[in-house]
Amino acid sequence: MDTNKNEQIQGSEALIRALVREGVDTIFGYPGGAIMPVYDTLMDHADEINHILVRHEQGATHAAEGYARASGKTGVCLVTGGPGATNTLTGIADAMLDSTPVVVIAGQIATDMIGTDAFQEVDFTCVTQPVCKWSYQISTPDEISRVIARAFFVARTGRPGPVVLSITKDAQTGMTEYAPEKVTYIRSYDYDPEIDITRIREAAAAINSARRPFVLAGQGIELGGAQEEFREFVEKGCLPFGCTLLGLSVLPTSHPLNKGMLGMHGNLCNNVKTNECDVLIAVGMRFDDRVTGDVNTYARQARIIHLDIDPAEIGKNVRADIPILGNCRKSLAMLTERLVKTDRSEWCDSFRKYREEEYERVIRKELYPESGPLNMGEVVDAVSNATGHRAILVTDVGQNQMMAARYFKFTEKRSIITSGGMGTMGFAMPAGIGAAYARPDRTVCVFMGDGGLQMTLEELGTVMEHRIPLKMILLNNNYLGNVRQWQELFYDRRYSFTHLANPDFQILVSAYSIPSRRVAERKDLRDAVREMLETDGPFFLEACVAEEGNVLPMTPPGKSISDMLMEC
Amino acid sequence: MEDNRLYTLIIHSENISGILNQIASVFTRLQVNIESLNVSASSMKNVHKFTVTCNTSSRNMDKILKQINKKLDVINASCYTDDEIFQSEIAMFKISTDEFQNWDDTSRVLRGYNTHIVEITPEYLVVELAGSGDAINSLYQELDKIHCVRQFVRSGKVAVTASTLEQVSDLLSKRKARYTNNK
Repeated sequence: MDTNKNEQIQGSEALIRALVREGVDTIFGYPGGAIMPVYDTLMDHADEINHILVRHEQGATHAAEGYARASGKTGVCLVTGGPGATNTLTGIADAMLDSTPVVVIAGQIATDMIGTDAFQEVDFTCVTQPVCKWSYQISTPDEISRVIARAFFVARTGRPGPVVLSITKDAQTGMTEYAPEKVTYIRSYDYDPEIDITRIREAAAAINSARRPFVLAGQGIELGGAQEEFREFVEKGCLPFGCTLLGLSVLPTSHPLNKGMLGMHGNLCNNVKTNECDVLIAVGMRFDDRVTGDVNTYARQARIIHLDIDPAEIGKNVRADIPILGNCRKSLAMLTERLVKTDRSEWCDSFRKYREEEYERVIRKELYPESGPLNMGEVVDAVSNATGHRAILVTDVGQNQMMAARYFKFTEKRSIITSGGMGTMGFAMPAGIGAAYARPDRTVCVFMGDGGLQMTLEELGTVMEHRIPLKMILLNNNYLGNVRQWQELFYDRRYSFTHLANPDFQILVSAYSIPSRRVAERKDLRDAVREMLETDGPFFLEACVAEEGNVLPMTPPGKSISDMLMEC
Repeated sequence: MEDNRLYTLIIHSENISGILNQIASVFTRLQVNIESLNVSASSMKNVHKFTVTCNTSSRNMDKILKQINKKLDVINASCYTDDEIFQSEIAMFKISTDEFQNWDDTSRVLRGYNTHIVEITPEYLVVELAGSGDAINSLYQELDKIHCVRQFVRSGKVAVTASTLEQVSDLLSKRKARYTNNK
């Protein structure tokens, strides 16, 4: 249907054809005045594009993010201008910080009205430029084909990220001679930097002579599709690794070299070993402050090898002794080729002592308490076990996120979807919706707190309308738990505005005809989880957990990363 | 900050609307003030050249360069110290003709610099000086002492690199060759 030489079509039709050409089959969106011509055209393409009507534009962006993260494709959302556009801003910034390929298409008032403060006029290109990879306004129908091709190319290549397109109403209604376009090269954009072979040799020599090497696995491995290259790399070198929050599913949790999560609430052994290793190899991660703690005490003893595709990340937070710029799928393979198979079992075994200490002092208490209210961790553990660790985990932000990251287990790649960089409360439910559309073959478990749930609560309507099979788990402690934990530890237990007077969530979800269950007793937990997973379609499980539960271990802010609190 | 110093950035970008805003926003994010800015067409078609000076720390300069280079439509941004570039500014002084005639010193001052006179009217004369920022500062101070300056304006600094390599055209042709060969 692409070509019919000299055929004149409306800009809105050209837009939809260009999207279909990019492989778009799912759009999350919300109509409004400045995007109505596109919505009108969309009705005629229902066989090609499934449009999911969200209940708020922020939800559309998070859904597009969830879709992109679960599928590896580019997520798309379609909104109107003005408030419709500005409502997507949080999701755009979120996608930027977490390198998620998303294309946001927003309507804009007609070109001749721009600059008059017309109804719903916002200079959205200007507003979004600092928080996205590329932002552009389409003002004529003739540029639609080229700009859409460029947008998808930019969003998915290099370090992926969000692209924002505003399209004026006259560009949507004007006529154009549509010709499909493909973009594979932009002269100002070095998306696949050349790998420096001398750096590879230097890094391989450093790893081969290392006695205590430690690897940091980041989301870049998933984004680069380098999971197998990473597996070969760590297995050949016998290299133990820890994962960042977004990198948790690069290899199965049960992989013997996988030592768990890094950072503030990560596993003790990883943070201790970061400060003991002789060579630290960071792959597709950016040394976020939640991973490093105080950078002045971070891995000072180690030679640091940093593999990343974004030159702005090299040496940004932590010095890189051997920087390797480029796509890690290629650079890992080049490194592996030069590794000498080495037995480092003694070094790998040395992690065990700290794993056992963490188990005794933290994990056992969290997962197997003998009395008292439910713990967050034991709920996460019960859900993960019941899914055979095969589900996609989507989390909100806060204690629910850290508990889920610590205790959920993974067997498949692209299985963790969470707002890492931005820490956007309200992310989970809409992101879960996107994940469910991306991977209808997989169970999607969405963990939320009572605070975050209420930030994008309106998306229950989307779940209801489409009977999206989300398994929603509310860890309800009637607090903004993470802030409360910090108030307890660092603000002398002054709980300033962190207690929430909550509605009856069971009544609430029943208004949306979503089956639900509340569980407060330990003896009922397993059965409640089973009921949730056996129910067709969506299910809402509310777990009433200890009100003042804490996420442990914890590196206090500003402290050395290996200096973890094991109890408080 | 202790290690603050004056940096000169040379940035090449695509010639598109909004690119100045994108570059400026990187300075805003770090709360670094731009001391001078010059934007013009470059020797390459559709490539714009920015010369920006700012006072900041080396750490901030590193962040600024990386963030500017990250902008999709920026081709290349580099930062230079004074010994790596040839630089020049232009300044214009509008001087009252009366004052000029009444003070013997004025013409002596003007002759002491390599100025040239652009316009003379019964009311004022316009004098132009192209040269280093220091020379412009110095001339302004001398003229200001004798209270004859009615208007003063100076351009941003422009600079060319001392290196023999034409870095940007070289970079672009190498990049194009690499991406085209890969296909």
